[in-house]
Amino acid sequence: MYGFSLSSFCERFLKWTKLPTDLLVGVIVAVFIFFFMTFVVLALVYLFRKFVGFVQVRLGPRYVGPRGLLQTVCDALKLLAKEDIMPENADKGVFIAAPLIVFLPAYLVYIVIPFGHPSHFQPKDLNLGILYVLAITSITVIGIVSAGWASGSKWATIGGMRSAAQLISYEVPMSLSVIVPVLVSGSLSMKEIAQAQGDRFWHWNFFNLNYFGLTFPAFIIYMICALAETNQIPFDLPEAESELVAGYNVEYSGMRFAFFFLAEFSNLFVVCAIATTLFLGGWHAPFPFLPSEGLWSVLWFMLKTWTLTFVALWIRATYPRVRIDQLMEFAWKRLFLVALIDVAVVSLIAATS
Amino acid sequence: MPLSADQLEERIRGVAKGLPLSFGFGKSGLEVRVDKDYVVELCKLLRDDTELQFDYLRCLSAIDWFEEGQMEVVYHLYSMKHGHSLVVKVRVKRDDPRLPSVSSIWAAANWHEREAYDLLGIIFEGHPDLRRILLPQDWTGHPLRKDYSYNPVEFDEEYAGKVRRGEIT
Amino acid sequence: MSKLYHSSQSDVDSVRPGEAIKTDKLVVNMGPQHPSTHGVLRVILTVDGEWVVAAEPEVGYLHRGFEKLAEMRAYEQTIFLSDRWDYLSSMSNNLAMSLAIETLLEIQAPEKAQWIRMLVAELQRIASHLVFIAAYGLDMGAMTPFFYCFREREKIVWLFEMLCGARLTYHYVRIGGVAADLPEGFIEALEATIPQLKRGFDEIDELLLYNPIFIERTRGIGIIDPQLAVNYGLSGPMIRASGIPYDVRRCHPYLFYDAVEWDVVVHDACDCWARVWVRSQEMRQSLRIVEQVVERLKGMPSGNVSAKVPKPIRPKKGDCYVAIESPRGELGIYIVSDGSQKPYRVKIRGPSFVNLSIAQRVLPGAKIADLVAILGSFDLVMGEVDR
Repeated sequence: MYGFSLSSFCERFLKWTKLPTDLLVGVIVAVFIFFFMTFVVLALVYLFRKFVGFVQVRLGPRYVGPRGLLQTVCDALKLLAKEDIMPENADKGVFIAAPLIVFLPAYLVYIVIPFGHPSHFQPKDLNLGILYVLAITSITVIGIVSAGWASGSKWATIGGMRSAAQLISYEVPMSLSVIVPVLVSGSLSMKEIAQAQGDRFWHWNFFNLNYFGLTFPAFIIYMICALAETNQIPFDLPEAESELVAGYNVEYSGMRFAFFFLAEFSNLFVVCAIATTLFLGGWHAPFPFLPSEGLWSVLWFMLKTWTLTFVALWIRATYPRVRIDQLMEFAWKRLFLVALIDVAVVSLIAATS
Repeated sequence: MPLSADQLEERIRGVAKGLPLSFGFGKSGLEVRVDKDYVVELCKLLRDDTELQFDYLRCLSAIDWFEEGQMEVVYHLYSMKHGHSLVVKVRVKRDDPRLPSVSSIWAAANWHEREAYDLLGIIFEGHPDLRRILLPQDWTGHPLRKDYSYNPVEFDEEYAGKVRRGEIT
Repeated sequence: MSKLYHSSQSDVDSVRPGEAIKTDKLVVNMGPQHPSTHGVLRVILTVDGEWVVAAEPEVGYLHRGFEKLAEMRAYEQTIFLSDRWDYLSSMSNNLAMSLAIETLLEIQAPEKAQWIRMLVAELQRIASHLVFIAAYGLDMGAMTPFFYCFREREKIVWLFEMLCGARLTYHYVRIGGVAADLPEGFIEALEATIPQLKRGFDEIDELLLYNPIFIERTRGIGIIDPQLAVNYGLSGPMIRASGIPYDVRRCHPYLFYDAVEWDVVVHDACDCWARVWVRSQEMRQSLRIVEQVVERLKGMPSGNVSAKVPKPIRPKKGDCYVAIESPRGELGIYIVSDGSQKPYRVKIRGPSFVNLSIAQRVLPGAKIADLVAILGSFDLVMGEVDR
């Protein structure tokens, strides 16, 4: 339908250069994802600051670039130019590695997200897509604990421990709520799950009339766990500034801190993208008569993802923080139960229909 | 019901039988002067008697009467239940200012007495934790005394590789 | 030298398999520089895991020697000093000092000045409580109520600027009355602001006070028993949230508080949420008083706002203790005069100083995560604690 096709262009380019195609395709895709991720974070941080500013009766960034659009770029440059301080008590190797360990999962998850319909909008469709996502995002925990430990400050260590407890606790209801779309569509592949939801919004997994709307709790639980996994308010106790423990990234400055920051916002976008794929029908239009092919699919996908991101930012601007023990209680006593019951009910319906 | 000044005086005289007290009337109401040896006893009676029930210590102040060679501690009391107020004044010698602490009767007195010790040097016997509160622990002298003079403390300070003489006044 | 606290040796090495883990208490410093201790307050905590075993507040980082300074200044000059004790409610400090000196001099301010004093005192209470709610929300992680509260406070501060030209340290209430009469257009501006403030209070309540997460974090935390509260000399919203209806405006009336209709706000729950609620309701009561005072002031001609004060001020020998209800509690001034132009002794009973003393009793038994909630609910201003 559209003359331009990214993968065919890439293939022709690679044939022309006579280099091993697979490797080169991989490298190009990796670079492309990196730039896309950076752009997403830039846009997200700018949107965050402007939107939160408007909620708080103020204007947000205004002076750097037209309407403050270049603010994030300047912030990134500022962070790059900062002095790289290494605390005396720090464990050097781990201190340097921790930001990378936190950054890598945020980057690697982009590979399986289906941004649009024809296959070249998804870098690689693994048939274990969602399992890959859950596994990779768990690596973030190691990075955060390492960051806290390697800082050599007892406050950072406690912050890292708390963050680890929070992340591990919220992975359980998240995994359970992710089982629901897998049951509905019968496959672990992200593309299949999005495909199975179809063109009608009342068949999307967030409120699937085929299942009498009983997949709705899974959507809510997934969103709550997504906020907890990405350390967003109301679950940002481990990295809050005004808490007794300043956070696991208190000793980091400059580029290393920029990695954490980048990873946090990238994670937010990624979990919203995954929520879109699993629950909101991925790239599909809400009604069958609207186009869902090619760039239209990308448009729908981005629209839904950014709406979810917007809601997450809205919650961030409004709510206070939850205390660490209330957070754990909420995950283990309430979310876990509801998720379990939801999985049981949906699997019953799936089995009997 | 709040007792009037005369009724208060009568009641206190009745309850504190035998304690050497003297009464006065000032801008803050009825004042009772007592010797330092009887302070704790009087205050316990003031707090526990059912008609008086002065259970709220509003303020504990200390004054340095330099000319007279005395220091005074003033207690402003109030009764939550009845609504009447009282002032208790105690005088001690300036050379050896000691008097018993009332922090076991009103916990509010704890920090007030620490402040009085810190700024004026009055020692409250029986206080659970009498040490400086507003000034650093290693400060010498009691600033609010009328004969307090500034003794600059000199020290050597290293700054930017050089050692220089500094002074705290 | 001041005591240095070292944390105990790590006991990870000393754990042998088969032996019960020996836990050690850790001494931790919540230092004078901290985003959540409002002002320069140092709390030395002894912590056993997540539980606080002992807490000792250390004050004095903002001690500026006001009591000594006051002894070296004439009475009129001490009013200048009073602005800076509790810098968030400067009008109340000025009022306390002025009332104390007027009691010594046995003079009274003219009627219009008394009404104006009441007006500014109540507006000051609203402004101060708005700062409390803003900062408390920020401690809990809610960034937005901060801006909403300051938007409302800005309206009041703008009115004060119209009145006396300053935004923080007003020095408006003076001995004998107030500095100047109400300017043209002040009453109209004030009347326009009152309904906006009412809407603002409701919005802030809905956003912060009745937010389920906020309630979870503050209900049942930091309980102060009423008997303990009375024994420790607490005052203001701290004691009224523990069920004791002690308000200096009711119990030791001054100005015209017994001539206007208002309620003392009391709550029985004794916890942090009750203290926030009491302050929020007090703002509404203050607005009620402001409305009634504005009605009275509208009918008064512009004129005399200062009594004839003898120059130089030389009160007779004597002493007096005068207390007012500042936004934080009972602000008391005890002045001793020896007949000269300078006060012989000025003792300032700062409400935050007395309120803070109960921290040693309330903080142990709480979790570290609750510390911020409890200390924040005390509404401390270190200027008043340290003087």
